[in-house]
Amino acid sequence: MEHIITPKVEYVKLLNRYPEKKSTLGTLYLTATHLIYVEQTNSTRKETWVLHHHIMSVEKLPLTASGCPLLIRCKTFQLLHLLFQREKDCQDVYQSLLRLFQPEEELYAFLYNPHQNEEDRRQGWEYINVANDFSRMGLSNDFWEISHLNKNYEICSTYPSILGLPKNVSVATVTGSAKFRSRGRLPALSYFHKDTKAAICRCSQPLSGLTSRCVEDEQMLQAISEANPNCPFIYVVDTRPKLNAMANRAAGKGYENEDNYSNIRFQFQGIENIHVMRSSLQKLLEVCSMKSPSMSDYLTGLENSGWLRHIKSVMDAGMFLAKAVCEERASVLVHCSDGWDRTAQVCSLACILLDPYYRTIKGLMVLIEKEWISFGHKFSHRCGHLDPDSKEVSPVFTQFLECVWQLSEQFPCVFEFNERYLIEIHNQVYACQYGNFIGNCQKERLHEKTFSLWPHLLKNQHLYRNPLYRRSLECKVLRPSTLPLHFKFWCGMYNHYDRGMHPKQSVLDQLLSLTQKQVEGERTMTELQRVSGVVGLDFCQGGESESSTFLFKCRSDQI
Amino acid sequence: MEFAELIKTPRVDGVVLHRPFMPTVEGTLCLTGHHLILSSRQDNTEELWLLHANIDSIEKRFVGSLGTIIVKCKDLRVIQLDIPGMEECLNIASSIEALSTLDSVSLMYPFFYRPLFEVIEDGWQLFVPEEAFKDLESMTDEWRLSEVNKDFSVCPSYPSLLTVPKDIDDESLCKAASFRHGGRFPVLSYYHKKNGMVMMRAAQPLTGTNGRRCKEDEKLINATLCAGKRGYIIDTRTIAVAQQAKARGGGFEQEANYPQWRRIHKAIERSNVLQEGLIKLVEACNDQSHSMDRWLSKLEASNWQSNVKEILTTACLAAQCIDREGASVLVHGTEGTDSTLQVTSLAQIILDPACRTIRGFEALIEREWLQAGHPFQQRCAQSAYSNGKPRSEAPVFLLFLDCVWQILRQFPCSFQFNENFLIMLFEHAYASQFGTFLGNSVAERLKLLLSQKTVSLWSWVNRPQELERFLNPLYEPNNLVIWPSVAPQSLLLWEGVFLRWNRSTKCLDEAYQEMVHIIEYNKELQNKVNSLRRQLAQLETEDGPLQTP
Repeated sequence: MEHIITPKVEYVKLLNRYPEKKSTLGTLYLTATHLIYVEQTNSTRKETWVLHHHIMSVEKLPLTASGCPLLIRCKTFQLLHLLFQREKDCQDVYQSLLRLFQPEEELYAFLYNPHQNEEDRRQGWEYINVANDFSRMGLSNDFWEISHLNKNYEICSTYPSILGLPKNVSVATVTGSAKFRSRGRLPALSYFHKDTKAAICRCSQPLSGLTSRCVEDEQMLQAISEANPNCPFIYVVDTRPKLNAMANRAAGKGYENEDNYSNIRFQFQGIENIHVMRSSLQKLLEVCSMKSPSMSDYLTGLENSGWLRHIKSVMDAGMFLAKAVCEERASVLVHCSDGWDRTAQVCSLACILLDPYYRTIKGLMVLIEKEWISFGHKFSHRCGHLDPDSKEVSPVFTQFLECVWQLSEQFPCVFEFNERYLIEIHNQVYACQYGNFIGNCQKERLHEKTFSLWPHLLKNQHLYRNPLYRRSLECKVLRPSTLPLHFKFWCGMYNHYDRGMHPKQSVLDQLLSLTQKQVEGERTMTELQRVSGVVGLDFCQGGESESSTFLFKCRSDQI
Repeated sequence: MEFAELIKTPRVDGVVLHRPFMPTVEGTLCLTGHHLILSSRQDNTEELWLLHANIDSIEKRFVGSLGTIIVKCKDLRVIQLDIPGMEECLNIASSIEALSTLDSVSLMYPFFYRPLFEVIEDGWQLFVPEEAFKDLESMTDEWRLSEVNKDFSVCPSYPSLLTVPKDIDDESLCKAASFRHGGRFPVLSYYHKKNGMVMMRAAQPLTGTNGRRCKEDEKLINATLCAGKRGYIIDTRTIAVAQQAKARGGGFEQEANYPQWRRIHKAIERSNVLQEGLIKLVEACNDQSHSMDRWLSKLEASNWQSNVKEILTTACLAAQCIDREGASVLVHGTEGTDSTLQVTSLAQIILDPACRTIRGFEALIEREWLQAGHPFQQRCAQSAYSNGKPRSEAPVFLLFLDCVWQILRQFPCSFQFNENFLIMLFEHAYASQFGTFLGNSVAERLKLLLSQKTVSLWSWVNRPQELERFLNPLYEPNNLVIWPSVAPQSLLLWEGVFLRWNRSTKCLDEAYQEMVHIIEYNKELQNKVNSLRRQLAQLETEDGPLQTP
């Protein structure tokens, strides 16, 4: 590739963050897709692979006596501090990387081929189907129906082609309401809760300004309200801080005026915007990469970053939705500004709180497909696929994954997947290896040339299982504590590559290997029982056999 | 009986008990000499039995004639009792106050407690110094057991038997003792079998401002060095604090007089500062109105996590000197009864796999805390809810347990015991039916006749029925030195103690049960597979080869 000025540099030092640990010497390779560092010690050949797409920034630090340092920061929170002997090498690698990690047109996904044939590739894309999830919720029914009005993305270009809408709502109402909403993002169904008949709907802010109103939009909300026989009102949740929403009014946007809509209860939630979140993450990462910080530096830094405060605000909003639906049996309409960041976070989190299905390995895929990909979360912009420096970049999706992780810490038995699943999804979102997260909305997404991530994750699902998961658990709705002291710093994510910080023995690995042994043990057992049956050996002695078969039954449904 | 006059109202009906995350209970409140009991007299409802000794402080409130007493316990639990009738409420409150602050140790519950179980293995006889010395003797002959302190006159806070270098006679020990704070001359704390290096502990030397020295002290500690080898003195105080100590007659070892030793100063807080930290931390944990920022800033201000980090760092340093540098170590602070013991006991957990078993950990607590003269009675007289100015209360032992928990969290398969074991020890150190943690030293315990008059905690804990819930199902013995990470990200708030009463534990308990279930089921399965295999093999030898398809 013409971008690679130098494909190989020898005697490169990889500096360790911890002064007490020695740095290593090795060889650096640049390929079309990866930066590879191979440690050269007598016995081991440890390799570090970094995908170019994972690189967030490359920085040349001032020359030191020991060489030319290059600092590589990754979107996966990996940090590589390299030291070159010759300045020329450093410059060449720097120049090459600048072009490699900011691709002008070619994303990795268009090059990547996991050795699958065309048929498998196409089937891979069909594995997760949002329409199926509507049927799972019980749509269409007496209250909601699946609409194809947006099949050519004409009503709303950033929405999915199929929408869940209140039954019998007229085309005029739909189009009128869309015109009154920012970027045409009209109120549409996110989740229908079968037990209470309450629904979660999402949209963008109304173009209400200071005085405008829109009859169709009012009818639309009325229709959503009428679609729930169990509650006479709906909540309208604006996830933004009130001040931000008010500022938008001056620009002809804003929020619903309670006087114009019948039976709505309006509520602000106070989640900050993408810029605040971006800078908060940056501060958090500064804390994470401090060299031997004191406890006080760390805690003060954690506080000043505001990160956990923001995580809590997302969780609080998610909880508000879940409570409204399951306790008050009220439907909720959620929006922020454009309805593709905070709205996506809050709706998907509420889905996880309400419905055990989304806590499974496949369920989380469906949820991400539904609330994030198809409803137009701008993955390309937010993840900086093409321009990592852009002001559009923001860790909105990362925050969602973290909220799920925080929940899994409070409820260790209710998720089918473990922490590694969340981290793998996070890495893949930024890797651009699969096509799922390329583009900003369904209309932009090209499935023809790329592969889908989901079959790949499914193939490796044994790595992502939570051995403690209990499907049968009576935990339909999660009611997490949102007291500040129940939120933890996610070391596994933000300090993922600082292995020294993690527990040296992993309970998860231990249990995963036990579950593996269990499967093998049970197989051997069946085989042995079969053989002993053949030879007529009465191996089962009285009560013991009963208890053992019982044991098998109650265990095997969980594997 | 003297308790009767302290109990103004022995019983009140219609009392309502509120506990976080539990249903309220209405019932009869009874006060006995040692317990506060609330019983609903209904089947299936739990009764509350609370030791008066566990009560840290109480608050009273009145709304009309309904009184409310908030009871704050040393195990950090807070409960609320609604008591009808102002007079009853006042009587109950003043009775509780009197009964929970009894001055005399011999009135404490352990002297009245009669076990409902048969003591099979007497915990009082379980960890005698002679036994520990036998182990040492099997590894080295450089040490002897000295009886110089047999009547506790050389050092009142030391036990009667002490392990000292073989070549140092009792007379020199007495002289060295007069040169150390409280007579705590350097004694053996740990022998590292792998390389023969040792860890000793002492109190600060009494150098004073004019730089006193003591040849016997120098000879004593030099006797532990191999020829040509250097050792490390770890002073748990900062150099500034150690300098200030000189003015009060204390001080630190001068390089000139101890040329074979390198001194390193660390910054473990003094005990009175730790107590303030505990109070602040628990206050922050209990205030549910905090915003995220306020919570984090209060957590930081309590300095609790900083203390954990500093103590662990110092213990790692001591362990590193011994295991990595191959050097012997002497640890001391000021009195040698607090931070010194934190460091020496944690270093042993890092270095010695035996300390990570239940018996080994009990032995460690006996050796390095109880017999080493940590003043439990004084330090654990009050906990986080004490209102008064702290006298000598300090959560030194709790911090040690917190550090052990941190290592346990990082090495979940290396300990025979689980978190519950540590929490249990915390509870019993502050209030107990057992005599183990009463008194401040071996001498005091002897005087109180604890081993005759009270039951040892170990007698109870080591019964198989009790032990079961303290066993770590993930335990796989290993002989490694375990180096914990002391990065702030690796050290978490010990939720099991500090958030114990502020959260519902249902989901966490379920997870633990599920883990136990998986492990047990696997064991059972493997056993079944093996036994079936054996049966088949047997059949095969009896009947000739089987026709296996």
